[in-house]
Amino acid sequence: MAKAAVKANASSAERRPARAGRSVSARNVKVEVLPPAERMSLRAPEASVAALSKALGLTLSKSPKTSASKAGRTALWLGPDEWFLIDEAGKDLLADCAKVSALHSAVGISHRNVAFAVTGPAAAAAINAGCPQDLSLEAFPVGAASRTILGKCEILLLRTADDAFRVECWRSFSDYVFTFLSEAASDAAA
Amino acid sequence: MLLIRCPYCEEERPELEFRNAGEAHIARSANMAGESDDDFEKFFFIRSNPKGIIYERWRHIHGCARFFNAVRDTVTDKFVMTYKAGEPKPSKLPGAVK
Repeated sequence: MAKAAVKANASSAERRPARAGRSVSARNVKVEVLPPAERMSLRAPEASVAALSKALGLTLSKSPKTSASKAGRTALWLGPDEWFLIDEAGKDLLADCAKVSALHSAVGISHRNVAFAVTGPAAAAAINAGCPQDLSLEAFPVGAASRTILGKCEILLLRTADDAFRVECWRSFSDYVFTFLSEAASDAAA
Repeated sequence: MLLIRCPYCEEERPELEFRNAGEAHIARSANMAGESDDDFEKFFFIRSNPKGIIYERWRHIHGCARFFNAVRDTVTDKFVMTYKAGEPKPSKLPGAVK
């Protein structure tokens, strides 16, 4: 009886990601919401980086505005001792860090963020509608990542290909960011 | 838009990513309870507000989120240089007239 009740609760607590499956297409730009992923905020001093890299299975980048990626897992350099990790395969990032005894702080933030893919030849133009950074390929090459702003809200920006970006924002800002990017996409297409 | 060089990101970034954080190089007393009222007032409220070169703390809040120090001219609004937090006040400024 009790077990059945637990089961019923488990199925009724189905997670409904913000803006799931939404997408907007304009000429030369497409904005779509990406499926949920595992995310983690990692803070660690220089001395712990090697051990954490080993446990996570990818080399944490130490230079500004870069990222490292391997087997569906991406680590974005955010600050001198701060990284943002995304695992699109759904593997547990926190469990990997838990094995490390070196000093670090790992916080699970999988459901804090919503990610968008902005793709197409005019993707950079669409993002530049609200982001003041130089997104030319020389200044922001493939793999470049940065925390920055889009309009009035903070985003994480990762260039995944010449004409593709991943935009991460906080869940409660996702409506604003999606609307902003949709408008920007139609402007960029015009 | 101003471009400000973040010493941690090692490049110039648009000013929208930054936030001012007041005057730099104001040391907090190690014995705060022993401070006289006058000394505390000087530490807490009195700022130099110069016309010309000012040393300020800035924060790259929508970037690497680090605090750093900047030398700025309050008349022209130009950033003379920036340097990491904790580093001493630069004794010589680049391009200084004199």
